[in-house]
Amino acid sequence: MKILVNGDPREVPTPCSLGELVPHRSGVAAALNGNVIRGMDWDHTALSDGDAVEVLTAFQGG
Amino acid sequence: MRIGTIEVTSRLWIGTGGLSSLATLRDVIDAADPGLVTVSMRRSSDLGPSGLIALLRERHVDVLPNTAGCLSAREAVRTAQLGREALGTSLVKLEVIGDERSLLPDVVGLVSAATELVADGFTVLPYTTADPVVARRLVDAGCAAVMPLGSPIGSGLGITDPSAIERVRAAVDVPVVLDAGIGTASDAALAMELGCDAVLAATAITRAEQPVAMAKALRLAVMAGHRARAAGRIPRLTEARPSSPMAGRAAL
Repeated sequence: MKILVNGDPREVPTPCSLGELVPHRSGVAAALNGNVIRGMDWDHTALSDGDAVEVLTAFQGG
Repeated sequence: MRIGTIEVTSRLWIGTGGLSSLATLRDVIDAADPGLVTVSMRRSSDLGPSGLIALLRERHVDVLPNTAGCLSAREAVRTAQLGREALGTSLVKLEVIGDERSLLPDVVGLVSAATELVADGFTVLPYTTADPVVARRLVDAGCAAVMPLGSPIGSGLGITDPSAIERVRAAVDVPVVLDAGIGTASDAALAMELGCDAVLAATAITRAEQPVAMAKALRLAVMAGHRARAAGRIPRLTEARPSSPMAGRAAL
């Protein structure tokens, strides 16, 4: 299936969970279709075709 | 000074944007000895944690994620939630920008986002205009501090209306942190003399000719201003007042 990761199209196998897409558990956060998903829920959050995932970390700013 | 559940020992807080390298940032952190260090939440190109996070952990500094660049309450709330997830802190420097040219806060959206985040368990530190009425609304919404701007972000104009900062100071019982506009050490000292509890400086350090030296200067200025405030300045007079006694002068 095809999803958007940080705005870029990406082909991932079906099925694929958010936890499989993002291997890190510390220092990153993820939103699925605009909703923040807590790290503890990533493994049982299944991705669907057309989903938009945002994966963020801390950068210099402010 | 207590901010939420964190004891913040240094009254100089720093932003991290604009430095060319993490090595320089490390030296700036060591020179500033900051109470809190702000960071922005941005997309991770490799879906992993940034080198900045490793540096902040190595230097044992408390991190203050911000919602910089957010143009709506909804976007700011979600960015705050992402910051909490990534960094494991419930502190957030809340910015809801109302105008991309001036970067002034949208105070209506700010109060709305603050209310939502406080209900969600956040310790909210809002970047706001130097307006005592808005400051009171933010405290009523449950904010742990208020962060009035001295002048526009990155402008280096200092505190263009010192009496406005004094009015904010008088209006609220929570810590007041001067945010935005600091250009050099005297601006930071003035903020503290006006009664602020801390100063957040970013551009003043990161775009200085010598960022590490400026970080040290601001640290000293904040300490000096804080002590001067506690010492109590003399009243301003319109005429001279002799400091030597007039009595006992010789007949010459």
